[in-house]
Amino acid sequence: MIEFTFWDILRNLLLATRWTIVLSLIAFVGGATVGLVLTFMRLSSSRWLQRLTALYVDLFQGTPLLMQLFLIFFGAAALGHPISAWWAASIALTLFTSAFLCDIWRGCLEAVAKGQWHAARVLGMNYFQSMRHVILPQALRLSIPPTVGFSVQVIKGTALASIIGFVELTKAGTMLNNATFEPFTIFALVALLYFALCYPLSCYARYLEKKLYDAGLR
Amino acid sequence: MTLVYVDNVHKAFGDLEVLKGINLSVAQGEVVAIIGRSGSGKSTLLRCLNQLEKHDSGKITIADKQLDAASMSPKELSENVGMVFQSFNLFPHKTVGENVCLAPLVVRGEGKTEVEKIAREVLEKVGLSDKYDSYPAQLSGGQQQRVAIARALAMRPKVLLCDEVTSALDPELVGEVLRVLEALAAEGMTLILVTHEMGFARDVADRVVFMHQGRIHEEGAPSELFSNPQTPELKQFISAVL
Repeated sequence: MIEFTFWDILRNLLLATRWTIVLSLIAFVGGATVGLVLTFMRLSSSRWLQRLTALYVDLFQGTPLLMQLFLIFFGAAALGHPISAWWAASIALTLFTSAFLCDIWRGCLEAVAKGQWHAARVLGMNYFQSMRHVILPQALRLSIPPTVGFSVQVIKGTALASIIGFVELTKAGTMLNNATFEPFTIFALVALLYFALCYPLSCYARYLEKKLYDAGLR
Repeated sequence: MTLVYVDNVHKAFGDLEVLKGINLSVAQGEVVAIIGRSGSGKSTLLRCLNQLEKHDSGKITIADKQLDAASMSPKELSENVGMVFQSFNLFPHKTVGENVCLAPLVVRGEGKTEVEKIAREVLEKVGLSDKYDSYPAQLSGGQQQRVAIARALAMRPKVLLCDEVTSALDPELVGEVLRVLEALAAEGMTLILVTHEMGFARDVADRVVFMHQGRIHEEGAPSELFSNPQTPELKQFISAVL
């Protein structure tokens, strides 16, 4: 049996952390892109688009991320198009993230006071001019703290990808434990590494929230 | 010359009939104060005049052009009617100068230097030329409302609508806003104000319109209307507010 020193364990975990970060970034960038499209679908004047988007959001918010992963990973295989754990995790996390971001951003747009729309309209602005110059800049500021806050959920969500065999931080921890039988050391380290990723983001979100509060926008 | 002409305008929200046939004409340069209990329809009437609410039937014309939200763009509407709100509705993410300049730049597509010159002029008019670079949150309520008036003026509307513009202000700040409106009236600006400031209505308005249950119940020169109300409803209203 190969002996693992503490540094071997830490080195392997740190290497696996790369993939947690990459998967988080994919999920976040992909989710933000899809989420942006969804947000505008949700705000469109078409009833049909509104309902479709609402259903999408409810579906992804109302089912566990793990089931979404399973359905995409095993579903693709069952339909005769097996996909890698990479693809399955990227797609599932992107869809999951987009649903939550859509809901967060819609809330931010609707949080801008109705009177702002009226003031813009009365000054002669059409829908797009009002949106671009009056509503969006305010909604954008409101949306930054919850969006950064949600990114913490995305990072933690990537841990589920370990179950379909994607080797990120959690999976690496499990594998190392199988070889070393030192669960406490290993999972403590895994938890610490997640904390090291998430804590700065949480602090940043809190800082942004305070900044927004001080600017009198809330 | 008649600037604003309202002919048999009706408006209902669901089953609730708020305007039950309003007839009103306002001459160029006239200052008309609309008074009445809350729920009498005065704010709705004002919002119909700039199509924030679409009237159900009847006709509204401004400078001989029929107001019709379906055929009139927001831009065209804004060239006719300006509005100041009870809650100011300044854009909090923009400075005072940017608040005033935004619509002329974006809607009218005028040049930056020209717009800034106009902005300084209208801010001077409301006594706030030194606040050009401040943000709304840094101003008092009275100052914010004066910026809102300047912002409306920068679009050079033919008539300015004021919807209870002093109701959200602390009592000591009401005067500064009313003085700006008084100066505008003296300059010949056409004003239609919904107001609870009876003293102001009496001193500045050319005509006072008393609304009651969705109709114009009584109207006339302020001196006459306040000292010699004809209907029991107006008598009761005046004794309640004065």
